[in-house]
Amino acid sequence: MKDTDIKRLLYTHLLCIFSIILSVFIPSLFLENFSILETHLTWLCICSGFVTAVNLVLYLVVKPNTSSKRSSLSHKVTRFLKCCIYFLMSCFSFHVIFVLYGAPLIELALETFLFAVILSAFTTVPCLCLLGPNLKAWLRVFSRNGVTSIWENSLQITTISSFVGAWLGALPIPLDWERPWQVWPISCTLGATFGYVAGLVISPLWIYWNRKQLTYKNN
Amino acid sequence: MPYTTYLVEKGASHSFVAEAKPPTVTMPRIKALMTGSLPGFVDVIRNLNSPALLEDSVIRQAKAAGKRIIFYGDETWVKLFPKHFVEYDGTTSFFVSDYTEVDNNVTRHLDKVLKRGDWDILILHYLGLDHIGHISGPNSPLIGHKLSEMDSVLMKIHTSLQSKEREVPLPSLLVLCGDHGMSQTGSHGASSTEEVNTPLILISSAFERKPGDIRHPKHVQQTDVAATLAIALGLPIPKDSVGSLLFPVVEGRPMREQLRFLHLNTVQLTKLLQENVPSYEKDPGFEQFKMSERLHGNWIRLYLEEKHSEVLFNLGSKVLRQYLDALKMLSLSLSAQVAQYDIYSMMVGTVVVLEVLTLLLLSVPQALRRKAELEVPLSSPGFSLLFYLVILVLSAVHVIVCTSAESSCYFCSLSWLAAGGVMVLASALLCVIVSVLTNVLVGGNTPRKNPVHPSSRWSELDLLILLGTAGHVLSLGASSFVEEEHQTWYFLVNTLCLALSQETYRNYFLGDDGEPPCGLRVEQGLDGAAAARQDGPGCEVLERDKGHGSPSTSKVLRGREKWMVLASPWLILACCRLLRSLNQTGVQWAHRPDLGHWLTSSDHKAELSVLAALSLLVVFVLVQRGCSPVSKAALALGLLGVYCYRAAIGSVRFPWRPDSKDISKGIIEARFVYVFVLGILFTGTKDLLKSQVIAADFKLKTVGLWEIYSGLVLLAALLFRPHNLPVLAFSLLIQTLMTKFIWKPLRHDAAEITVMHYWFGQAFFYFQGNSNNIATVDISAGFVGLDTYVEIPAVLLTAFGTYAGPVLWASHLVHFLSSETRSGSALSHACFCYALVCSIPVSTYIVLVTSLRYHLFIWSVFSPKLLYEGMHLLITAAVCVFFTAMDQTRLTQS
Repeated sequence: MKDTDIKRLLYTHLLCIFSIILSVFIPSLFLENFSILETHLTWLCICSGFVTAVNLVLYLVVKPNTSSKRSSLSHKVTRFLKCCIYFLMSCFSFHVIFVLYGAPLIELALETFLFAVILSAFTTVPCLCLLGPNLKAWLRVFSRNGVTSIWENSLQITTISSFVGAWLGALPIPLDWERPWQVWPISCTLGATFGYVAGLVISPLWIYWNRKQLTYKNN
Repeated sequence: MPYTTYLVEKGASHSFVAEAKPPTVTMPRIKALMTGSLPGFVDVIRNLNSPALLEDSVIRQAKAAGKRIIFYGDETWVKLFPKHFVEYDGTTSFFVSDYTEVDNNVTRHLDKVLKRGDWDILILHYLGLDHIGHISGPNSPLIGHKLSEMDSVLMKIHTSLQSKEREVPLPSLLVLCGDHGMSQTGSHGASSTEEVNTPLILISSAFERKPGDIRHPKHVQQTDVAATLAIALGLPIPKDSVGSLLFPVVEGRPMREQLRFLHLNTVQLTKLLQENVPSYEKDPGFEQFKMSERLHGNWIRLYLEEKHSEVLFNLGSKVLRQYLDALKMLSLSLSAQVAQYDIYSMMVGTVVVLEVLTLLLLSVPQALRRKAELEVPLSSPGFSLLFYLVILVLSAVHVIVCTSAESSCYFCSLSWLAAGGVMVLASALLCVIVSVLTNVLVGGNTPRKNPVHPSSRWSELDLLILLGTAGHVLSLGASSFVEEEHQTWYFLVNTLCLALSQETYRNYFLGDDGEPPCGLRVEQGLDGAAAARQDGPGCEVLERDKGHGSPSTSKVLRGREKWMVLASPWLILACCRLLRSLNQTGVQWAHRPDLGHWLTSSDHKAELSVLAALSLLVVFVLVQRGCSPVSKAALALGLLGVYCYRAAIGSVRFPWRPDSKDISKGIIEARFVYVFVLGILFTGTKDLLKSQVIAADFKLKTVGLWEIYSGLVLLAALLFRPHNLPVLAFSLLIQTLMTKFIWKPLRHDAAEITVMHYWFGQAFFYFQGNSNNIATVDISAGFVGLDTYVEIPAVLLTAFGTYAGPVLWASHLVHFLSSETRSGSALSHACFCYALVCSIPVSTYIVLVTSLRYHLFIWSVFSPKLLYEGMHLLITAAVCVFFTAMDQTRLTQS
């Protein structure tokens, strides 16, 4: 494996982190009274939009999976539609999981759904960009030792760390500190965001660290 | 503070240094000031979790006497004394960074209120100084400004009071006090001198003094304020007050009144002493009180006979001194009673518990080996020497502690035989631990073989179980996590289900990817990934490289069964979510509407009846599978009887008798069910005994166990409230699903299954509506089928009703493991794991509680949890005995 690949990976990840930071600061230029905690829903929308956009742009620019064949326009369109459907499905299934975990069923439904959206933006969108609407490939990547490139490896790490972040984010909710960020779903979204950022930082480093041991089938 | 200094040094005032008892936090301090009691004293006896103060207090007495009280300042007061103030404006003390607004919020009312004068008591609680301390410490320049601001406030109040005093005959009293001090860093809560000492200044024109009269501030207790205030206001002293009257305050009054006040105070203290100390007659304070009362009587007689004589005055001052002594003694012995922990006994208990836990932990590698033997190595001369040495040391310590301790100590009051027994036990355990340790260290290669040590591979499920247990144990240190422990368990159980679903997916979609492909050599690390579907769990991802060769499910499953297997974790999750909304428990979200309340409201009786009948039907369908025909019939009749019982006491109704008015206690119906419960349990035991005699009959034993289990289910159905019957039904449903589609196909090992049973049992404990609060125990379960309160059955029934969840899951575990023939030692493994999993939280909790004994919530949160843990430990012990009995029968069979 080449170091240039890892460098590219690092740059793309830095761009993603930069987009998240931008999503915190840019809106305050245009919107009054914008802050992450008070107008949390706005931030959720903006952040997930930024992350999705950056991922799409990076996918179009970097083209990590060069192996995909050229195809007709109609094929591309169906592919895109499929991706959209997958994205929506993942949002809804995340929502269901949150409700199963104890999120209120009727009240705060919008908040819960937006949390599902941002988590999908952190996890499903990169998967869709990299692997396309192809469940087999997804299963392969997320099964043991199924990765075939550093891109997939970093995808694995960021996805897992955002899930873990969201999971850990739920822990402080029962504490009686009465802080504004303990309200559902703020701590979870923040946890997911931190997890995602941590994954973005960790994965290039981890791959760089283990570059000797990592050998992929296709390389 | 020039004006205050002037008042203290020259003015008509008395000043004291009031000592606050830890915890020096606002709420208990306000309690101490107003009730005169020490926090944690009466709280145990009274209702534990009411945020409003239920105890007797000066405020309550004043309200009862028709005084008009106005309050401005810290919101805590409003919470503690709701509806006591005719007018109030609470300031939340939440935003510590604000130190001007909080005080302006109080001061802005001041002019108006002082002018109005339509109140009797005005309470102002200024927060600014405390906030400055929190932000920038005691040496901040802000402090000076704040103090001069407070000084001007004091001056304003004082001058206004003085001008008003000309109109009214009675003098007014201005009390300036602090609730707690401030440590060097500006915070508070602990017990350093700076935090504990607070100023207390009483200013009133009644305390007029002559120019040369220098009054040095005396050291008093903060609890004395309540008694003094009550006497000054002419109110009864709060019942639980342990404080004594600040005598300088009444010094100016005539002798007769002084004696009267002191008498009131001593009588109140003596009453409190009588209530709380069994041997109060021996208390020196009590004797003093008796004597001074007698002298007081003499004095009064003398006083009535003749006035203004030397004798009278001399006797009077003698009585006075006597009373003051009595007060001091009483107050002392009462507060000593309160703030004392029997550290020595606590230490002894903790040490024994920790030793047992260490022994359990050390024997993990041995016990989980294939043979599961737990040999205890003893009887080497070195160890017996150690044993005697330890016993000697312990008895020496015991003698020293018991003879030197001035306070009473439970362990010292035990008989010598019992104490000796405990010491022998402790030292024997220590020796065993040492010997096991040496065995492990010497035979260093043994642990490498066992399956739990790090060298072996963990599946993500094992990791989740370990992390979950550790997380739960750690969470017990935080009071909110103890209050909301159900959330922890629901969270863990959900995560467990998602982990299981991930495992099923991996097994069925990817087939056997157990053996790692050769091309990809990845060192151990966090790259083994969740085989989760994209929408899949986000939680079991903390996994390690596994490759433990998960049993390749070679058998080809038919389509429908495969889908059931894949869907069952989600079904279980849905069940858990439903149950979770059935009973809201805990503290923070307990007020939220839940299904249980909706069902029990009288408008929804029809729905409740349908639900109860349906759940009973589900219970029957699920339980009858494993029973013999006789017990099947008994079960059906018993469940019918349960419904009849609930109909008889009027919580559900029959469709043909929509509104029956006659409500009985349902004694006959309940006893009818008891007969069947006993019958089923009896047949079960009979089958078990028979299977032991006829060695080969393995089937019979399974049936017997299942019958015992179904008897317990029937009992639970009787004891549960009707809206909780779905909990029972869902519990059985989940057990069936897990058994059929998860444990059997995925072949978990006994330890994993045990821990899962334990987790589900805990979750069902909370699904039932229990919490870590004494108030949620359903005592009505103890009266089912009983005319009057009979202690032993009532206690047993209540305990079973409360712990039905864990007990049912444990008995299901016994049945499940003994019906599985694959591994001989599964039961003993399970027993060991169950004991371990239960005892780790308990012993950690004991240590935590011991170290947190001065925590603010020790009585309201931690000690009820300790009671629950103790009870749970008893139940666990019973379950483990049952396990061992089953295991013994297995051994005798083979």
